[in-house]
Amino acid sequence: MDQFVLNWLFIGASFALYIGIAIWARAGSTSEFYAAGRGVHPVTNGMATAADWMSAASFISMAGLIAFTGYDNSTFLMGWTGGYVLLALLLAPYLRKFGKFTVSEFIGDRFYSPTARLVAVICLLVASITYVIGQMQGVGIAFGRFLEVDATTGLFIGAGVVFAYAVFGGMKGVTYTQVAQYVVLITAYTIPAVFISLQLTGNPIPGLGLFGEHSASGEPLLQKLDSLVTELGFNSYTGHHGNTLNMVLFTLSLMIGTAGLPHVIMRFFTVPTVADARWSAGWTLVFIALLYLTAPAVGAMARLNLIDTVYPNGTQAEAVLYDERPEWMGTWEKTGLLKFEDKNGDGRIQWYNEGSEAFAATAAERGWQGSELVVNRDILVLANPEIAQLPGWVIALVAAGGLAAALSTAAGLLLAISSAVSHDLFKGQLTPNMSEKSELLTARISMAAAIAVAVYLGLNPPGFAAQTVALAFGLAAASIFPALMMGIFFKRINNTGAVAGMLVGLTVTLIYIFLHKGWFFIPGTNSFSDSDPLLLTIKSTSFGAVGAMLNFATAYIVSKVTAPTPQHIQDLVESVRIPRGAGAAVDH
Amino acid sequence: MSTNNKTAESYWKANLGLIYGSLAIWAVVSFGFGILLRPLLSGISVGGTDLGFWFAQQGSILVFLGLIFFYAWRMNALDREHGVEE
Repeated sequence: MDQFVLNWLFIGASFALYIGIAIWARAGSTSEFYAAGRGVHPVTNGMATAADWMSAASFISMAGLIAFTGYDNSTFLMGWTGGYVLLALLLAPYLRKFGKFTVSEFIGDRFYSPTARLVAVICLLVASITYVIGQMQGVGIAFGRFLEVDATTGLFIGAGVVFAYAVFGGMKGVTYTQVAQYVVLITAYTIPAVFISLQLTGNPIPGLGLFGEHSASGEPLLQKLDSLVTELGFNSYTGHHGNTLNMVLFTLSLMIGTAGLPHVIMRFFTVPTVADARWSAGWTLVFIALLYLTAPAVGAMARLNLIDTVYPNGTQAEAVLYDERPEWMGTWEKTGLLKFEDKNGDGRIQWYNEGSEAFAATAAERGWQGSELVVNRDILVLANPEIAQLPGWVIALVAAGGLAAALSTAAGLLLAISSAVSHDLFKGQLTPNMSEKSELLTARISMAAAIAVAVYLGLNPPGFAAQTVALAFGLAAASIFPALMMGIFFKRINNTGAVAGMLVGLTVTLIYIFLHKGWFFIPGTNSFSDSDPLLLTIKSTSFGAVGAMLNFATAYIVSKVTAPTPQHIQDLVESVRIPRGAGAAVDH
Repeated sequence: MSTNNKTAESYWKANLGLIYGSLAIWAVVSFGFGILLRPLLSGISVGGTDLGFWFAQQGSILVFLGLIFFYAWRMNALDREHGVEE
């Protein structure tokens, strides 16, 4: 069957499934809209949370990030999983016990301050909206590449599907579609990885194959890869080349940021009990680990396959002739994500590290005049089945998987945005007396409006779109996580302390990012760059952890010199710490 | 009320102890073995590279999983021991 027809078939079938679920799981009350009626099984919630969390970045970009850098980008693997330990031990069970609908509501109640709630809502909105732009763009690109419609049409189709299940189903509809999307995305990620691991190492489990033997050479796979990349002048794959301080802080920022992302935290409001929230965090990481243990194998093996494609007779022999390049290279050249330029006019594709001074002599000796291949790291996972010459249905499945990853995260983010607007802003501040029915309607309208904003931003992405993930993580790490944690673990932190802490963490982190990336991301307005940062070797993407520490320190000092936390709030903290009575706290 | 408070206090103390222990392991496997202590582990080879690389790309994730399930299991038992379960 034609590849194009297969793609339509797989993507069409998965979309039909999501819409079917949407019709079945409509929300009838605010509790169903915000928290799926708190009746979601911990394993189901784990699966939904895994899909909610794993975005286009995890599915499409992460393996590429690891493939082209090697060990140094292990930060993403540790950071994006280690955050779940923090979430499971420090936040999820207590916030479930608190039993409200939004993250900002906890901050407002615990710090008995509408200002605290408002600051939290602003952080939540900025973090979630910046994050959703990337997902919408991912949807557009995936459609463009696999269904040959233009990105705008693709974006509208994607938004229409999200509209169907998020506006009508709320958290309930989103939960069950996310479960379906998880199944689609993990199958799509695993199948090509298993085939590739079998081809290269004979081991069907990619995570084990990574540390296994490369069948063709009989050497350990990673050793083989190290020697191939160094022969082309690249840094060794397994070596540590980055700055250690920055690596530690970046990992820590990703961990704290992950634990502080509102769209992830709110998923734990949907399970029936505190004990379930604890188990559910474990199940979430099980489902995430299935992808995250495979990703480093996908990265290493894709790098190996790519070198093998360019140098079919080994790195010491001649590179492949452009006219004899495999078909997939041609397909991706059309998208502009893979570029070839014959700098020395020999009709062959030389790919090496032209930035390496040590390698320059070797390159000159071989008559190379610059690296001739540019591969966008984002195409590795999508092109993987083609590189490994897998059948057409695997390619179609990967397309459906990439869309599932982007759509499930987009829906989770839109839910976080709409509940903050309807529950925190309207019900909490502007129209506190509205009935449940009007609140449900407000929630639906907010959701529709949030989708419209996301589509607009997806179509007209601000120039800083690429920087925004750092911004979302920085805000979550510097403002939301510390406020939540102190709210649970330190009774002494009062309203003034919490607000001061959030504002200091937020402002300093924002300023640090702007100083390095440009004010409001306007190019040329930056005074420093990430290659030569202001403080030691700390890049702006790693600053979230520092912002969090400033938040903690400020809140502690300010609380010490201001009035103590009132007794009824101390009692509230006591009750949040103990699981008994969570059922009673549901309605409010 | 006073016995209640005492229970709550010892329950919270036990919880904090578990959290400190778990977070110590969390930090040692990731920031420790995966990054800072990697040179110390360079003598132990695993599949063509060293143990530190394995911890950075696989080991720490597996330990994180173990930690969360261990914490859930111990806390749910502590809830019952202190009579604060739902």
